Amino acid sequence: RILTRDSPLALMRVPIQCLRKRSNCIVTSKYNIITFLPVNLFEQFQEVANTYFLFLLILQLIPQISSLSWFTTIVPLVLVLSITAVKDATDDYFRHKSDNQVNNRQSQVLLNGILQNEKWMNVRVGDIIKLENNQFVAADLLLLSSTEPHGLCYIETAELDGETNMKVRQSLSVTSELGDPDKLAQFDGEVVCEPPNNKLDRFSGTLYWRDCKYPLSNQNMLLRGCVLRNTESCYGLVIFAGPDTKLMQNSGCTKFKRTSIDRLMNTLVLWIFGFLVCMGVILAIGNAVWERKAGSLFQNFLPWDPSVNNFLFSAFLSFWSYVIILNTVVPISLYVSVEVIRLGHSYFINWDRKMYCSHSNTAAEVRTTTLNEELGQVEYIFSDKTGTLTQNIMSFNKCSINGHAYGTCTMQKNKDFSSWNPLADGGLCFYDGSLLEAVKTGDLVAHEFFRLLSLCHTVMSEEKTEGALVYKAQSPDEGALVTAARNFGFVFCSRTPGTVTVHELGRPVTYTLLAILDFNNIRKRMSVIVRNPEGRIRLYCKGADTVLFDRLHPCNHELMNITTNHLNEYASDGLRTLALAYRDLTEDEWEEWAELYRGAGRTVDFREDRLAAAYEEIEQDMMLLGATAIEDKLQEGVPETIAILSLANIKIWVLTGDKQETAVNIGYSCKMLTDDMTEIFIINGHTVQGVREEDAMKEEETQGLGKACSLGNGFSEKPKNPTSPTSLLESISGEFALVISGHSLAHALEADMEYEFVETVSVCKAVICCRVTPLQKALVIELIKRHKKAVTLAIGDGANDVSMIKTAHIGVGISGQEGIQAVLASDYSFAQFRFLQRLLLVHGRWSYLRMCRFLCYFFYKNFAFTMVHFWFGFFCGFSAQTVYDQYFITLYNIVYTSLPVLAMGIFDQDVPEQRSLEYPKLYEPGQLNLLFNKREFFICITQGIYTSVVLFFVPYSVLSHATQSNGIALADYQTFAVTTATALVIVVSVQIALDTGYWTAINHFFVWGSLGSYFTILFVLHSDILFSLFPQQFNFLGSAQNTLKQPVVWLTIALATVICIAPVLAFRFLKVELKPQLSDTVHTLLFHQKKRKPGVSLGRLGRSGSHRSGYAFAHQEGFGELITSGKNMRLSSLALATFASRHSASWIDTLRKKKHGNIQNTPSTPPAPNFNCDC
Amino acid sequence: MMASSYSAKEEDGHHPGASGAGGAAANGRKPDNTAFKQQRLPAWQPILTAGTVLPAFFAIGLIFIPIGIGLYVTSNNIKEFEIDYTGTDTSSPCFSCYQNFSWNSTLPCKCSLPFSLDQPFESNVFMYYGLSNFYQNHRRYVKSRDDSHLNGNLYSLTHPSKECEPYAHRDNVPVAPCGAIANSMFNDTMELFFVHPNETRSQIPLKRKGIAWWTDKHVKFRNPGGNGDNLTAAFQGTTYPVNWHKPVYELDADPENNGFINEDFIVWMRTAALPTFRKLYRIIEKKSSMTPTLPSGNYTLEVTYNYPVHSFDGRKRMILSTISWMGGKNPFLGIAYITVGSVCFFLGVVLLLIHHKYGNRSSSPDIAS
Repeated sequence: RILTRDSPLALMRVPIQCLRKRSNCIVTSKYNIITFLPVNLFEQFQEVANTYFLFLLILQLIPQISSLSWFTTIVPLVLVLSITAVKDATDDYFRHKSDNQVNNRQSQVLLNGILQNEKWMNVRVGDIIKLENNQFVAADLLLLSSTEPHGLCYIETAELDGETNMKVRQSLSVTSELGDPDKLAQFDGEVVCEPPNNKLDRFSGTLYWRDCKYPLSNQNMLLRGCVLRNTESCYGLVIFAGPDTKLMQNSGCTKFKRTSIDRLMNTLVLWIFGFLVCMGVILAIGNAVWERKAGSLFQNFLPWDPSVNNFLFSAFLSFWSYVIILNTVVPISLYVSVEVIRLGHSYFINWDRKMYCSHSNTAAEVRTTTLNEELGQVEYIFSDKTGTLTQNIMSFNKCSINGHAYGTCTMQKNKDFSSWNPLADGGLCFYDGSLLEAVKTGDLVAHEFFRLLSLCHTVMSEEKTEGALVYKAQSPDEGALVTAARNFGFVFCSRTPGTVTVHELGRPVTYTLLAILDFNNIRKRMSVIVRNPEGRIRLYCKGADTVLFDRLHPCNHELMNITTNHLNEYASDGLRTLALAYRDLTEDEWEEWAELYRGAGRTVDFREDRLAAAYEEIEQDMMLLGATAIEDKLQEGVPETIAILSLANIKIWVLTGDKQETAVNIGYSCKMLTDDMTEIFIINGHTVQGVREEDAMKEEETQGLGKACSLGNGFSEKPKNPTSPTSLLESISGEFALVISGHSLAHALEADMEYEFVETVSVCKAVICCRVTPLQKALVIELIKRHKKAVTLAIGDGANDVSMIKTAHIGVGISGQEGIQAVLASDYSFAQFRFLQRLLLVHGRWSYLRMCRFLCYFFYKNFAFTMVHFWFGFFCGFSAQTVYDQYFITLYNIVYTSLPVLAMGIFDQDVPEQRSLEYPKLYEPGQLNLLFNKREFFICITQGIYTSVVLFFVPYSVLSHATQSNGIALADYQTFAVTTATALVIVVSVQIALDTGYWTAINHFFVWGSLGSYFTILFVLHSDILFSLFPQQFNFLGSAQNTLKQPVVWLTIALATVICIAPVLAFRFLKVELKPQLSDTVHTLLFHQKKRKPGVSLGRLGRSGSHRSGYAFAHQEGFGELITSGKNMRLSSLALATFASRHSASWIDTLRKKKHGNIQNTPSTPPAPNFNCDC
Repeated sequence: MMASSYSAKEEDGHHPGASGAGGAAANGRKPDNTAFKQQRLPAWQPILTAGTVLPAFFAIGLIFIPIGIGLYVTSNNIKEFEIDYTGTDTSSPCFSCYQNFSWNSTLPCKCSLPFSLDQPFESNVFMYYGLSNFYQNHRRYVKSRDDSHLNGNLYSLTHPSKECEPYAHRDNVPVAPCGAIANSMFNDTMELFFVHPNETRSQIPLKRKGIAWWTDKHVKFRNPGGNGDNLTAAFQGTTYPVNWHKPVYELDADPENNGFINEDFIVWMRTAALPTFRKLYRIIEKKSSMTPTLPSGNYTLEVTYNYPVHSFDGRKRMILSTISWMGGKNPFLGIAYITVGSVCFFLGVVLLLIHHKYGNRSSSPDIAS
């Protein structure tokens, strides 16, 4: 068997021998044991900061330059490198683990005619593997055969594209006969196909087998990530494996995510670097001047080095010496401290019990620990729908039968239907005693209502064991409806292509299925025409109320009004509604129409239109039965979360592969869309690339967008469209929402439309994109990232969300549902959408706050520390003499001041978590990046420089003339060093004490501990013992004792501290007093009146009686045909042979043609129809 | 100085379901309900309110002003006399010494400066020499020493550290003490004479010990081979620095004050932080409680002018000063304290006014928005 592939352009065959090696192994890890050290070091030295420190280290080895001992740089550098390396190693270890887990899944591979269990990673291109029901597809497979008739099999692609309805795949008829391993083993076909790509819905290739060519399409493919459903087993030939699979191709390359703070930090470090060079230059010039003016004269006492024979060279050396001394303004410990803080925050998220889902027993998990503070700056959330907002469970929630609303009373949990109906399904949550009563007492309308539900659908049933019916619904909605009917005594039992058998209140009734008037997007309804055993012919129709109500018999008027009210009620609850109606047909009417129908079915041209016209003909003058309301069950707390998040000024977009109606409905039910919104734009123009005449349509679409723009902007010169909502004021103040479909989105994302699109969406409060492909999801995010410079967060649960999760600044995966692809690609994962509010408003906000406070303080303390050298330069002949002891310089950043600021960075809180959920506005400073930006940075370094001035000049003024109380002069270098260092440590400690808003025991411990450690280490370093061991290294002997017993020194330190701190205190007080931030106010408020209740109502749950179409069937057309053709029936269950006569043409061909036609010809629905027609 | 409220965060401290979910917790995935992990550690949350900041400012003011006054008064009570004997001025008696200095001259140049004290110096008087424009804090200067050598290490004595270059060896003989600091040791000698009204002079005894740090004298500096008598032998095989006129073991006759432990030497070796500095030279001890140490009157300072400062425009001074608990005369500290105290007090008043005028706004915030 040889498998080849080619590029579509050059039909060149590549022998498979080289491809054969392609294994299904997936590698996401970066290192292995051998490569770890070099690769990791290489990566680390790509960090500018690390290279810079390495450079400094080399500089320090030159004796003429070395102004510090070598260990002052190497100790922190080694520390930093090793901490980062440990972290990288741990990360990679977990990646190895997850890779292993995926790669070691078992699959059955046909080897030498025998099925053998193999690990996924050992599956190779060209292998034939066997899949069983509910198994994940291991690689991209060509379906060869399946246990189902005609080589059909069903797959669920939720992992890939998020669509939850089942899809049908069929093998080529020639291969479908290869049912057993022996035959398959002899299969020696050759496949030529396109190169690996990321298009999920396209595949083209050719199978050469037994001298025949068979075209292959996506219809024959099982893609990795799909799950086999309702099919016992099937065989497939591996076409693409591992990284070539469409799933992996779609996941995009892993980008290293950096937070905006990271980027800002890098910029600032560059600035500081520039600043450092400036200082170096100033001091070098000073050195040149000094050496020339004073140094040359001073040579009797201090001759120049022999190698340094002129002042210019001396200045050059002094520049480098100062670069070494002043390097502490570019803090090496910055990056590692930031990492440590982020790690701490990550652990807090992992440990949060309020983000733990007891149901699925999963705690929140931080998978990328470097993004936490960005969680506090999110402006856009892009959410998947299925599985993220919704549970993907449809439940029959309410119904209105003949003007009576049922199910409105509070839900009684799971009443037992089985007492009177042994076939009832225990899983249904709906119960209404009065309805049950009505059915029992023989209310005919109720009977008819449920009869309709049990007849009008395309569900297949299967009786696994006696009495245990299992429905295979290809849309969960239908499943819910049929199950509801089942529980109320109308049990759909089985179907054949021509009959439907229903147990009506325990009595089996078989209806003859005359026709299925299938669903499609335009019709928004489906009907069946059945003949009951008595011979009466009846049409049952269910569909969107908007379409159905137009086709009702006039006598239904009154009932229609009542039902409409009910429907409005349901719709405003976000339920998916359907109206149900029937029509009695006489034998003549039926015959007449059947003729028309057959005629339409036979035509080749415009078959579609002719059929639609025929359907239209019969679906008239119907009698209304009632309406159903299905709840697309939202996850717990979704509306509240969305309400809070939008109060926090976060824009929420829903990107879903689902249908527009479904998406809009969910938009309503989770309160993203509300009826008090001014305008909801719907854009769903269809255009097909490559077709010229589509230009006009694009124009139209552009217009639609343009209109939207002019509405949205409000500021555009004049409303071009007279129908646009009136005054400018209104359009500004109004809230807008946008619903856009994938096709339109494709155009909106083109370069020329992009800007307009962004303009439009930026005024919209909510945006829903439906029918979007995974890649489009990523593109949308890319667009927003590019144009809005805003922090984006993507949340999703399926493999189809992977690309968006990877593209967004922050990717969140919902875990606990099926599949782990999204979680694996995500930065954060948890089990419930509602945890998002906690992640952002509590953890994100705190992280941001802490990080900002940390950075401010960090830059401050380093400037305060380092700039003293600069001032000292003017008094020591610019000779790069340090002010402090070399040990102090080494330890300052890593011991004396690191822990308190780390503690602040990890534990600080401004307001309690409860408050940040109560006042979502508290989130805003993060979005506006108020707490740490270039301005704040300048304030910090100004404060730092001010402190350094004080710290140098106060001791300078005091000590220059001071003497000890025993007469010995105080102004010696060592005393000065100790005094300044002590003052510095005390000032920065007082400053951290001021900055810390939340003093836990740990903070106390660290702050006091740092001070204590400073003094301890000081006394140890200045002790006799160390001196006697290493007199060269510890020559500060006795300085601490001598200096710190002088009252003058302490007076100096106190003075410097007050001068440093008092202005800060005054400034902060004034800021709180005159321009209080919300957090200050909340804080103060809490302080003053702890019991005051917050005045925030969460979620504006306004409801009004707007009328929306609720026909939100996650339905696929073509199933009607599939049923009537009988293709999907098991032969054993095909009691009647009628199927053979009708529709003998391959249904699948028609289906394909239809689909093709859809794309090619379906004219776009006009742009921006107003969905919001009030009535 | 700030308001405090110790409050364990009250909200939802207890999870009623905790016991019920024990089964789930058993498999370890449910996070522990500890105050630390749930970020509910009891904490003190200080906030800047008028009630805390304003008193702080007033308190600083009220503490600093009296301290400042005390310091100022103390400083003012200290007697200090300073005389510049560099001799830059042609009228100065030391002018000729200043001008005609040569490193090779063997004859010491002497000059005497008359001065008078208006007020008597009552307690112990400390005599300093001061140098200006002398960069003892220059990096190359500071490091040009070998502490192990000065600590009496015999190996270091004959193998001075590289840091001492170019003053480590002279004609291939190791220099003791080595390095630029030692080489440039201040070697003027000063004598003080009281001129009686009857023009007779009596020399004032100057104590030359007790002018160095105890740790320096007893730990840091040590003669090679212990502080025995035979210093000459101990320094065998070394030579004295190029600028010196005599070897290190001839600095003083007193064996307790000779060699590396000579206090003048130790004082010099403790480098100054700033280019203008003073170093303790001698102590004039108070003899009896009846008479002042230095009564008011005329004095003569006899200087043996050895130390050249002409080349780098340096200045030399002699300072006489008494001492209080806070050391020598230091008006800056007192003034600084008074100023800072007053500014804080004033700031307090200003903030109080601002608080009164605008402060009420913060109690009715527009949170509901």
